[in-house]
Amino acid sequence: MSEQKITEDDVRHVAKLSRLRLDDQEIHHFTEQLEAVLGYISKLNELDVEGVEPMAHAMDMSNVLREDKEVDGIAVDDALKNAPARDGAYFEVPKVLGDGSGA
Amino acid sequence: MDITKTTLNEMRDAIAEKTVSATEMTQAYLDRIEKYDGEINAFRETYNERALAKAKAVDAGEVTGPLAGVPIAIKDLMCTEYGKTCCSSKMLANFEAFYNSTAVKRLEDAGAIVLGKTNMDEFAMGSSTETCAFGPTKNPWDVDRVPGGSSGGAAAAMAADFCVGSLGSDTGGSIRQPAALCGVTGMKPTYGRVSRWGLVAFASSLDQIGPFAHSVKDCGTLLKYMGGHDELDSTSANIAIPEDLDDVNTRPEKLRIGIAKQYMSDEANDPAVAAALIKAIEIYKDAGAEIVEVDLPHTEYGIPVYYIVATAEASSNLARYDGVHYGHRTKTPDDLVDLYARSRAEGFGDEVKRRIMLGTYALSSGYYDAYYNKALKVRRLISNDFKTSFEKCDAILCPTTTAPAFKLGEKKDDPLSMYLNDIYTVTANLAGIPGISMPAGTAEVDGKQLPIGMQLLGPAFEETNLLRIARIYEAASECSPMRPKM
Repeated sequence: MSEQKITEDDVRHVAKLSRLRLDDQEIHHFTEQLEAVLGYISKLNELDVEGVEPMAHAMDMSNVLREDKEVDGIAVDDALKNAPARDGAYFEVPKVLGDGSGA
Repeated sequence: MDITKTTLNEMRDAIAEKTVSATEMTQAYLDRIEKYDGEINAFRETYNERALAKAKAVDAGEVTGPLAGVPIAIKDLMCTEYGKTCCSSKMLANFEAFYNSTAVKRLEDAGAIVLGKTNMDEFAMGSSTETCAFGPTKNPWDVDRVPGGSSGGAAAAMAADFCVGSLGSDTGGSIRQPAALCGVTGMKPTYGRVSRWGLVAFASSLDQIGPFAHSVKDCGTLLKYMGGHDELDSTSANIAIPEDLDDVNTRPEKLRIGIAKQYMSDEANDPAVAAALIKAIEIYKDAGAEIVEVDLPHTEYGIPVYYIVATAEASSNLARYDGVHYGHRTKTPDDLVDLYARSRAEGFGDEVKRRIMLGTYALSSGYYDAYYNKALKVRRLISNDFKTSFEKCDAILCPTTTAPAFKLGEKKDDPLSMYLNDIYTVTANLAGIPGISMPAGTAEVDGKQLPIGMQLLGPAFEETNLLRIARIYEAASECSPMRPKM
């Protein structure tokens, strides 16, 4: 675990990865708060976990299978019921290709 | 029947025997909500017409079942095909699900009547029900104080007698902590005991639905009818619900009570909490229990592990809120990526943003091993501590929280201090084991009596034994049911 402090640039980068548009004041505020939390989390450095099996889940279960049976899926109108913008049977989004400024 | 004095089982029986009607009970709760909830703000919305129609159907004998006519509340993150499911977030302010969460559906199929959805911390992220987008819930014992969280509305609704049972979800203590702070009984079942289908996800390896009630038996009854395997949730356990889950007055088959020094720090615990714990130990001694000392040496690492695991899972789960499929969408985006980033920035509150960023950071390139993987390894150590302890005892007795309810606003912008509220509850979620919090009397703060809670933790899937052990404390302590003066 890194002992170095989280910087505003780190938080700016994480905000970008998280798809959160934040202004400079928010970045500053969150940096201070995340620094305090990460400082507390660094307590884990006290422990030697060499050879310990990571535990991603509370129950030991894997490969849960069910019968290969045909069932109804979600109806188009249900799926689109809460869409902020729709175009017929589709979700509508701003143009992605064509003008060079998209994703 | 006086709704401010009854338990769920008593009301169920009275309705079944037609001593009271489901319609008068439902109306009595709706009237009480109308009268007092303006100040408490426990409910996000109520379904008066739907509830009364169902009550009438029960009284006419058209709806039957083991919970026929019992008015309950559900937390605002359980999807229903009626009303809205907002997770107390601006992001989902207008979200209308088109299916029912399994736990709610099963209770309704058993005849229960859903009065409404209760307020919560936004996306269940918080310990005070202050991070919600639509105003905080107040503690019915003292409206200047928080009800705890994240299921604060559910706990407050029980304390204020707005319903006779309610459902919450517990990811790091979100049922047990507000139950303690509001003076009600709240239970987190074993991970996998209750289907998570239709429960809006926060941290999928930790989230578990559970009941709030005025008695241990009522918790067993609600769990009995909502739990069990569900093919719609592949993480729900394929283990049958014990028929005798609500038979809590039977003496537990196994009654060794574990005490861990990690929960007994006089520095951490309020004097009233420390005294309640000593009294609880005496109660079990008098009941003939063997008291054994157990060691949970990794307890102090519970919070750091939790805030890595839970936030990492949340950062992934909440990626779905993109302003495209459902939820808030920004008005004037520059392009698609800007649509995502603005919609999310506008739709999420600060605590949700903090947790998404913390989780994203812990999972990001270069930090994954140092944070996430390390946390998973310590999670194993915490789970092993419990496994070793449960070879020597059948339940671990400890406080639910170190202190009674704190004031509104006191910790709101100090995330670390807020996170430390969960110190006695998070480890059960990390290990996946069941826990129950019961009223344990009050602590006097500023001249007011505020509830405190006592917790029992048990081995996975041994809820029947755990509830029977809990019932011994409940009966002997005479602390519950407790109700505030309103």
